[in-house]
Amino acid sequence: MNIVGKSRNLAARIARTSSFRLTILAVLSAMVVGAFIIILSDVDKLKSGDIVGAIQTVGSAYWALVIGSVGSLRAISATINSATPLILCGVSVAIAFKAGLFNIGATGQMLAGGMTSLWVGFSMNGPGIIQVPLAILAGAIGGAVFGAIPGILKARTGAHEVITTIMLNNMAAFMVLWLLKTNLFQRAERTDPISKVVTASGHLPRLFGFISDRPDLIAHAGFVVAILAVIIYWWFLQRTTAGFEFRSLGLNADASQYAGMHIKRLTVMAMMFAGAFAGLAGAAEVLGTYGYASQNFAGNIGFDAIAIALLGRSTPLGTLFAALLFGALQAGGRQMQANTDVPIDLIVVLRALIVMFIAAPLLIKAIWRIKVAPSSTGQTFRGWGS
Amino acid sequence: MQLELRGITKRFPGVVANDNVNLTLNTGEVLSLIGENGAGKSTLMNVLYGMYKADEGQILVDDSPVVFTSPADAIDAGIGMVHQHFMLVPVFTVAENVVLGVEPTGRLGSLDIDKAREMVREVSDRYNLNLDPDAIVEDLPVGVQQRVEIVKVLLRDAKVVVFDEPTAVLTPKEIIEFFEIVKTLIAAGRGVVFITHKLKEALNIADRIAVLRRGQVVGEVDPKLATESQIAEMMVGRPVQLVVDKKPHAPGDVVLEVKNMSVVDAEGRTMVDSVSFSVRAGEVVGIAGVQGNGQTELVEALTGLRHSTRGQILLDRKDITSATPRERHSSGIAHIPEDRQRQGLVGGLSVAENLVLTRYHDDEFSHGVVMDWPAAHKAAEILISEYDIRTPSADIAVSTLSGGNQQKVIVARELSRTLRLSIASQPTRGVDVGSIEYIHSRIIKERDAGTAVLIVSTELEEVMSLSDRLLVMFRGKIVAELDPKVTSAMDIGLYMAGSRPSASVNA
Repeated sequence: MNIVGKSRNLAARIARTSSFRLTILAVLSAMVVGAFIIILSDVDKLKSGDIVGAIQTVGSAYWALVIGSVGSLRAISATINSATPLILCGVSVAIAFKAGLFNIGATGQMLAGGMTSLWVGFSMNGPGIIQVPLAILAGAIGGAVFGAIPGILKARTGAHEVITTIMLNNMAAFMVLWLLKTNLFQRAERTDPISKVVTASGHLPRLFGFISDRPDLIAHAGFVVAILAVIIYWWFLQRTTAGFEFRSLGLNADASQYAGMHIKRLTVMAMMFAGAFAGLAGAAEVLGTYGYASQNFAGNIGFDAIAIALLGRSTPLGTLFAALLFGALQAGGRQMQANTDVPIDLIVVLRALIVMFIAAPLLIKAIWRIKVAPSSTGQTFRGWGS
Repeated sequence: MQLELRGITKRFPGVVANDNVNLTLNTGEVLSLIGENGAGKSTLMNVLYGMYKADEGQILVDDSPVVFTSPADAIDAGIGMVHQHFMLVPVFTVAENVVLGVEPTGRLGSLDIDKAREMVREVSDRYNLNLDPDAIVEDLPVGVQQRVEIVKVLLRDAKVVVFDEPTAVLTPKEIIEFFEIVKTLIAAGRGVVFITHKLKEALNIADRIAVLRRGQVVGEVDPKLATESQIAEMMVGRPVQLVVDKKPHAPGDVVLEVKNMSVVDAEGRTMVDSVSFSVRAGEVVGIAGVQGNGQTELVEALTGLRHSTRGQILLDRKDITSATPRERHSSGIAHIPEDRQRQGLVGGLSVAENLVLTRYHDDEFSHGVVMDWPAAHKAAEILISEYDIRTPSADIAVSTLSGGNQQKVIVARELSRTLRLSIASQPTRGVDVGSIEYIHSRIIKERDAGTAVLIVSTELEEVMSLSDRLLVMFRGKIVAELDPKVTSAMDIGLYMAGSRPSASVNA
């Protein structure tokens, strides 16, 4: 109970910490440190003492980042494509955060939702206007059911959701591996774990499909689903009674219980909703990006989503922008690798730095000398007793 | 040693917590610092103790300016602080706690616990503190734990000891003992700063009383000449009614009836032990007792936040023993919880949101699953003006309000509907004098309207003045039912401590 209470507190604190300005500064700080890493890793130029050249590498690397993410329609499309599952999983983690829960299980929920969605995707054959929404819905349901498990475990037994969601990620991964070898899912005449292909009517339409002869514009309607999800998330939080209960629970579980809220029911609900959003991410990837499922179609998205929810302070708009930023870094990173010698791994470093700076707001405040009001003017110490 | 605060100003964004404060303290005297919550007492002491840096002004020790950047500096300069919430390790012995941070070491840096015991015994004897160095701290009564804190301060050679609301957690008897200890400290040539909001105590023990209001020292008074109402007026800035004004009560039917109720806590200890009592419509029943004698558990069982393990709770003869908190709330039970930060409010939510925290699901504020925020806002605005909640807007976080105004938010939310039973725990804890007056009058008004009222408070004066009937709780049992009009505070204090007045010499 104690540990659970503490993590609720921590989750609530993370949901509230740091302002918009701090977020921007964290990104800037990460870029600065990233620049040093680029310079230091450019061994050839450093050996020859070509500092100017090394700095130029930084310039061209960051320029490639910008060009590769927003420099052209193709770049924007790539950014949107990368951002789509990140937005959905970001909302998944964020909504759980708001209710005071750590959803580390977006990966597993995404896998579960992706598989249910895929099943509708290859079993049906049109019409698209029915099949696509149905497949998307199946993804949300699959994710919700899988997400509900840690919620129920927590409500019934007190099992901590961090532990259970991590374990369930593994279970989901192996379940996918097994499913992909079953007759139901495995593609005919293949021996490796790869699924049947979504029927033509089941694909998510291309976002820029109205422009002819541009198969390179890969963004799909999953992005529309993601934007809708953000709007629904906002509406839910701000306009519904359950959203009010989520916010109250995340900020103060004791007061919520005092106010007569059903903590256990809310816990299950929060994890279920979180699972539904992550399941949508799986649906978007399977129906939009790949058209089939391989063993690892969830990639690292579920974990990146934790950073995104953190970065966006779990607000609807914040999460959206954070996911777009991560998507842009992903898309720009490929361009950067192509244009310069800087490897795409730098993106991982940049993201890690951003998260580190966000998680250490005091460090940011110290670096940029921001004066911050203490949270209370009263007692600083708290002891036990009384 | 002479301690002087000269022109101390401390600003926080939007507030001047201390505004050009001047104070002096000589050793051998007790200075009482008195003021409402949010008047700047704690900030001032945190400046003195090196936890905050003043924006302007100086601290002088024996006429030479000093700069404290941390509590360690303040301790080195001979300033000690006993906080309201003790900072002791519960499972350590008295001696271990006392030497924590300044451990006497033997060869190879090993802890010399015998030396530590000796140190405790020596200080304890010198100041008549009567402490056993080997007692485990969590087994000790709160009053004794406070003495452990005092020994800690004295061992670090404090010339000036600051007590922050030291009597808040003590029984009446312990308070008297505490005052004896203060006198011993003074006799030994130390200085004492006594922070409080209890006027009687300040008048009783202080040599001088400095009154703080909105960050400024509004005056110093001589306790030999001043009266309670004078000081209260200085604190609040207007005349204050200190005595609860109430007419004789006219009790009606029994509203709440508790039969043989027991409550067991998570560790399996019996916290409420087969308690039976009733509360009638139109009467205030008070439960007095030292904190930790089962009052918290009793109230939580009555409001549905905790399961009772035995017995029955009846509301208007209906069994509500297994009803949920929300069902009890809907059947007309109001609950003002003892800890407003932990239970009564969600600090991060707005004033308006907190005002509907227990009622958002009513048809008035929501339609199906959708909140009707405009309606909630309108209701909030009405409550804010009706209950005189001082807030710049209904939309700011409730945590930014002062303690008194936070409490008014809870009172407004809980009392602003038709009630059968109103349960208030520590309704005025940490609340300023002006708000206390208001909250008390609201509670009496509720009684006069025919609501059954149950008040639980550790402030003896409060339960005595509000209650029509007084129950005393000790170790989970109700040990006495008294008429507060004819019983003396001393006698009630003895019941609270588990003894009976008849057995005492003075009875």
